[in-house]
Amino acid sequence: MDLNDTPEQAAYRAEVRAWLEQNAVHAPATRGRGDEQEAVAAHRAWQRRLAEAGYVGVTWPAEHGGQGKGPLHQVVVNQEIARAGVPGILDAIGVGMLGPTLIAHGSDEQKQRYLAPMLHGDEVWCQLFSEPAAGSDLAGIQTRARQEPDGSWRLSGQKVWTTNAQFAAYGLLLARTDPDAHKHKGLTMFVVPMDAEGVTIRPLRQISGEPEFNEVFFDDVKLAPDAAVGPVNGGWGVALTTLMFERLTIGAGSEGMGYRADRFAAAIASDPVAAKDPEVRARFGALATELLALRFTGYRLLTAISRGQIPGPEAGMGKITAVNGAIAAGDLIADVLGPEALDPDSEWSYLISFLPGLKSAGGTEEILRNTVGERVLGLPPEPRLDKGVPFSELRAKERQEVAS
Amino acid sequence: MNFDLSDEQVLLREAARDAFSRVRTVEAAREALEGAALPDLWATAQQAGWTGLLLDEQHGGAALGAIDAMLVAAEAGRVLASVPLLGHLPATAIANAGAGGLDEGTLGKLASGELRAAYVPARPGDDVDPAWTTEPRSGRRRAPAPAVVRGDEGLATVSGSVAWVPDAVGADVLVAVGMEAGGPVAVALGASAEGVTVEPAGGVYDATRPLGHVTFDDACGRVLAAGEVELRRAWFLAHALIAAESLGAVEECLERSVAYAKERYTFGRAIGSYQAIKHALTEVLRRQENTRSLLYYAGWAYDSKPDEFAAAASAARAAGGAALDFAARELISVHGGIGATWEHDAPLFFRRAQVSRRLLGGTGDAVDRLAGELLTGAAAAA
Repeated sequence: MDLNDTPEQAAYRAEVRAWLEQNAVHAPATRGRGDEQEAVAAHRAWQRRLAEAGYVGVTWPAEHGGQGKGPLHQVVVNQEIARAGVPGILDAIGVGMLGPTLIAHGSDEQKQRYLAPMLHGDEVWCQLFSEPAAGSDLAGIQTRARQEPDGSWRLSGQKVWTTNAQFAAYGLLLARTDPDAHKHKGLTMFVVPMDAEGVTIRPLRQISGEPEFNEVFFDDVKLAPDAAVGPVNGGWGVALTTLMFERLTIGAGSEGMGYRADRFAAAIASDPVAAKDPEVRARFGALATELLALRFTGYRLLTAISRGQIPGPEAGMGKITAVNGAIAAGDLIADVLGPEALDPDSEWSYLISFLPGLKSAGGTEEILRNTVGERVLGLPPEPRLDKGVPFSELRAKERQEVAS
Repeated sequence: MNFDLSDEQVLLREAARDAFSRVRTVEAAREALEGAALPDLWATAQQAGWTGLLLDEQHGGAALGAIDAMLVAAEAGRVLASVPLLGHLPATAIANAGAGGLDEGTLGKLASGELRAAYVPARPGDDVDPAWTTEPRSGRRRAPAPAVVRGDEGLATVSGSVAWVPDAVGADVLVAVGMEAGGPVAVALGASAEGVTVEPAGGVYDATRPLGHVTFDDACGRVLAAGEVELRRAWFLAHALIAAESLGAVEECLERSVAYAKERYTFGRAIGSYQAIKHALTEVLRRQENTRSLLYYAGWAYDSKPDEFAAAASAARAAGGAALDFAARELISVHGGIGATWEHDAPLFFRRAQVSRRLLGGTGDAVDRLAGELLTGAAAAA
């Protein structure tokens, strides 16, 4: 067992570290309350600088502007960025998940057109999958795309939880194209220009008061005939690719998701009375056990990734451990510090307000446990009432049941 | 980065699983509660080379690491095998440290298992209470570690008592940690030496986990060369081994629970299809994998990050103890009423969980230790 770099990785790390030392002066602040447009512009410039140095899309193939390296190289870049105390790229969702989806399923023209500006941060992307009535049951989305006789598409519906939509150039959107097919069969993935007529973006403020998400409305938005990514009515397979890259992205950054036991220890240790209080110690020891387990499970995951394995659904358990461990930590720190912890300027205030939402993000705890129970433990699935039923009938039945 | 078992370690684990599979250990655990003798697995441990696992090659050992010891412990825990390695391995780790102390002949016999040792533990002081202490027979008031007075020619006398010592009964050599004026010191004593009493204690609730109360009354033994660092390390090694045993038992509980949840039907469906059951069993899996990660951490830290070994082993102990308690209770609950009866093996795992969680300060003390280690580290860094 060895957490050290190979000589090749060590050399790469030294190179990244040296570059960051020289260039950190150009990095924007990690978190600020200033003007959003200025902050986005600064962050965009930072991504471009990283991209020009070859530190964005590290795992992307060289023909699409990437470095063609393995996921552990991406991990090295992530670790060094964290160590330098500078922000990562502006468009982690695009570069980490949506770009790789385009590489896997997009046409040559789409790859030519979209990948390079994405990599350099010139065009930011957002992910338009979840809807108000379809999150855990993603295949239940209702946003509708109808094809016109000339081959173009008309798009109507609503998406939600959309990070970065307010400054994104494009979105990758999952829409229903055949409502009479079974729910997984009638879906298609599209590229949507966010400045198209009929697209409305509204910020969604969270508990912290900050609008980190958006709702996006589509009112008869016209899409070109070549807007579909992958086969028409084959969108579910494309979406699964995105979700696989989501797991890989989370896996590659999974050394505790920033929720490290030592970070919380510092806050408690600053109060010598708290540090000797048996109740505080019992609670802190219990949550530190979870967060340490998370960190070292992350190393097991990275080992698997470095051997070319794609993290399976069991990686989702790390999210459950992370969120619940961090919730316990925020709660304990607020108990130790008192109301001061909830001051809007306190880092703990933001953490405490952010975590309840994270519980649902990327799959609710309940859905993750269903998936792990069925796919990892091999337990039988819950009986489903939506199997083999055309989506349109399913919806009609749902409405009827609610009405009765 | 390679945070996984090596091929040799996988082989070691498979060999251990294979060796234990030849003995009906779970049945034996049940029968032992009704007075039957337990199968003697010491010969198995000798043949497999586990007895010398932590001794250097020059002493006839295999010079393997803590992670290898944990892998064997996990396989023993999986099938509730009663093999007195929890006493022997930390004792041999102390005996192995430094030059002097035991002669080569004795070390060789410890390595081959011809002599069986038991670690008579003392809890290292922490940031709240710096004193080295031992387990009391009852309650929370810890006893002072035995007093050691050095005599001539590397000999010393030991006085004091230590309760609930794993594997002390039947051991040939006791490796006791006590205090002299300058600090903690280890003394090796013959179990039959004058002034040494080992009183069988427990083994009634979990027959596979023999415990003893050890009393030293001016008993004479040989001072070992191990220093404070090694004596602290032995305490946490014992924690890691208990955690490893728990991991194996959790895996067994989960396998059995999942198998039953697939074949037992209520209201026309397998009970494993209900979220209530499914979510509980994924929680067993989550705790199992967290324990495994923390054991890997402890194994890695033992060799590569000694400053973190106390925290790592304590975290593993905390996670493993809670995981086994949870897994054993789920095993019972998934099986319904029958799981709480002698008709089923679940009570054996439950009993193991209850005893293991209370040994060597208990899992609560491990949680407190982890907190103390991290808080002290953070205060020092500030």
